[in-house]
Amino acid sequence: MSDRLSVFKTYKLYVGGKFPRSESGRVYEVTDSKDNWLANAPLSSRKDARDAVVAARKAQAGWAGRTAYLRGQILYRVAEMLEGRKEQFVREVAEAEGLSKSKAAAVVDAAIDRWVWYAGWTDKVAQIVGGGNPVAGPFFNLSSPEPTGVVTVVAPRQSSFLGLVSVIAPVIATGNTAVVIASEDSPLPALSLGEVLATSDLPGGVVNILSGRTAEIAPSLAAHQDVNAIDLAGVEDAVLAKELEAAAADNLKRVVRPQPVDWSADPGTHRLTAFLETKTVWHPTGSLGASGSAY
Amino acid sequence: MTSPFEYAPAPESRSVVDIAPSYGLFIDGEFTEAADGKVFKTVSPSTEEVLSEVAQASSEDVDRAVKAARKAFEKWSALPGAERAKYLFRIARIIQERSRELAVLETLDNGKPIKETRDADLPLVAAHFFYYAGWADKLDHAGYGPNPAPLGVAGQVIPWNFPLLMLAWKIAPALATGNTVVLKPAETTPLSALFFADICRQAGLPKGVVNILPGYGDAGAALTAHPDVNKVAFTGSTAVGKAIARQVAGTDKKVTLELGGKGANIVFDDAPIDQAVEGIVTGIFFNQGQVCCAGSRLLVQESVQDEVLDALKRRLSTLRLGDPLDKNTDIGAINSAEQLARITALADTGEAEGAERWSAPCELPSSGYWFAPTLFTNVTQAHTVARDEIFGPVLSVLTFRTPEEAVAKANNTQYGLSAGIWTEKGSRILAVADRLRAGVIWANTFNKFDPTSPFGGYKESGYGREGGRHGLEAYLDV
Repeated sequence: MSDRLSVFKTYKLYVGGKFPRSESGRVYEVTDSKDNWLANAPLSSRKDARDAVVAARKAQAGWAGRTAYLRGQILYRVAEMLEGRKEQFVREVAEAEGLSKSKAAAVVDAAIDRWVWYAGWTDKVAQIVGGGNPVAGPFFNLSSPEPTGVVTVVAPRQSSFLGLVSVIAPVIATGNTAVVIASEDSPLPALSLGEVLATSDLPGGVVNILSGRTAEIAPSLAAHQDVNAIDLAGVEDAVLAKELEAAAADNLKRVVRPQPVDWSADPGTHRLTAFLETKTVWHPTGSLGASGSAY
Repeated sequence: MTSPFEYAPAPESRSVVDIAPSYGLFIDGEFTEAADGKVFKTVSPSTEEVLSEVAQASSEDVDRAVKAARKAFEKWSALPGAERAKYLFRIARIIQERSRELAVLETLDNGKPIKETRDADLPLVAAHFFYYAGWADKLDHAGYGPNPAPLGVAGQVIPWNFPLLMLAWKIAPALATGNTVVLKPAETTPLSALFFADICRQAGLPKGVVNILPGYGDAGAALTAHPDVNKVAFTGSTAVGKAIARQVAGTDKKVTLELGGKGANIVFDDAPIDQAVEGIVTGIFFNQGQVCCAGSRLLVQESVQDEVLDALKRRLSTLRLGDPLDKNTDIGAINSAEQLARITALADTGEAEGAERWSAPCELPSSGYWFAPTLFTNVTQAHTVARDEIFGPVLSVLTFRTPEEAVAKANNTQYGLSAGIWTEKGSRILAVADRLRAGVIWANTFNKFDPTSPFGGYKESGYGREGGRHGLEAYLDV
């Protein structure tokens, strides 16, 4: 038994529902917490990032146009798929973060539960942050949240799976599409998540996952004119974070700045609402002519 | 040309307002000179008469005002919400009492018709303070968790198109949530903010809670850049908004930006044409078109293009342009010579690029800054007048055939602030509204505002919302 040669896995990007290698043809070594070689991950280029934006843009209107109920069903389906492949993620998280098997299992459980939590938000957020406004005049006036569009997410560097799920799920729950830069040091759980998403009824392009050097890929995404928002969660270098935020100002992207986050704590709704726009529609109500109450 | 609408002049009395020959900066509850002693003149755009001389803030004054606001923050934020509420209610009431005075003042300093300051601006200003006053002791119920905390000192920079209304939009929610403010009004319209300082005094507002710094762009930049400012709120051009967004990069300042627009006003062939024409007029000629959410692109369905344009030109010919203090006046003065030059240049570009220009036949007064209501036909999406925000009484007319095309053209802009839809068909309103990328959509109406209703843009029209429960978020640590 023990002399069987194991089959290595070739990790690939997840872009537009497909699993391409980096167009640059480059890979980089991914090691575990003790510096042992685990796999070669694609070293994405700026071209890969631009391709991912094209895929995310193409998918956005369709994804936002799905009913909130269906989006919730699909997000829940992702949780189902994750549950079935839990062992793989426990192993990858344990290796990536140097955790014991039981601790890694707790992290993966928390990540799956978080995914379920966001699955339940899809058809509730409009009622929480929208509603009718009692304006002083004969008008029907309704505010509703809408997705801001294509969101670039720099996933947390240390929390390779729970952190990752915590930044992807809120973006897509509300109808945005995402271009995700996986943890630079520990990209394997993210690349495996792509395989789960591909088999979960999630339309291709809704989530796109890139691995590589944040400092290489993120600047072009922060400056990209067809990206509407950027979550800098995983940008640990303050100078780079400032540069990215300044680049994002060029088309007034919505920015979530990096800040210390306890990924195991209750996430609240901040990341859910950060990528929403509020649309308010007015219409005259008129009157039926007769004065006084009709009841 | 004799018109059935020739009314005798009905001028509003200027005597209800006393404008002092000079004003200081309002810092820590006192009027004070600028540190470097600089002053500038504010003129009435309709007559070019100098109204007053106003102290001009420099970065040194910004620093003084921020220090005063920081000092005041400790006590102000610690006040029970119910007490803060009472101050805001007092302010709202004093604004109502003094609304005639403020309306005349605003018309003199801004050039907009008294009809608008009296019937639109001032009632909304008071309403904003009333609305946010009521939030001050109910913040636990606003949906941001229990005990949401204020941010600290808010640095606020506002434009000249609605001087007092923009002040209300900024100051009312800031104070209700427990922040203190340093506000810079625009250099062409500083007076109503300085009168507001006097209202704060009458209301007994603690010193330093509100500070007013008249000045130019350099003072605004110093304010938004100040390291001890926790919150930046800006209304103005997209270019300046982007500069602010770059400036605050890497800091922990919270920012809301309310920027430019190029609103599409979409008229379908089944629209009630008379109402639509009124809506088009309101959409682009209200406040001389100097409105960020103006419906400056008319998208009219081809089949009713001639009918709509004929009716529109007929209606525009009845608009009365002239003395803003005349109660019959529809179109007042452009706010400044500089703004008039900008509008003129953009309109000339429209002609040079081949669009067809039509201006309402009206006599322009010999002094002051005036621009006749103007529309451009034969406009394509590539034309400058269809793309750039003109911020003046200039309407670009484009056509469409299908709802799909209307939506595509409406969304074909970097802006996303407002849009209008005119049709009798309810399902079409909902379908089109759903697909328009704009923060405020007026269906069968236009340019309606209310303190309970959130306002703000998509895309490069900025971020954050003002008004309503949503407007609280900008001033809370959430």
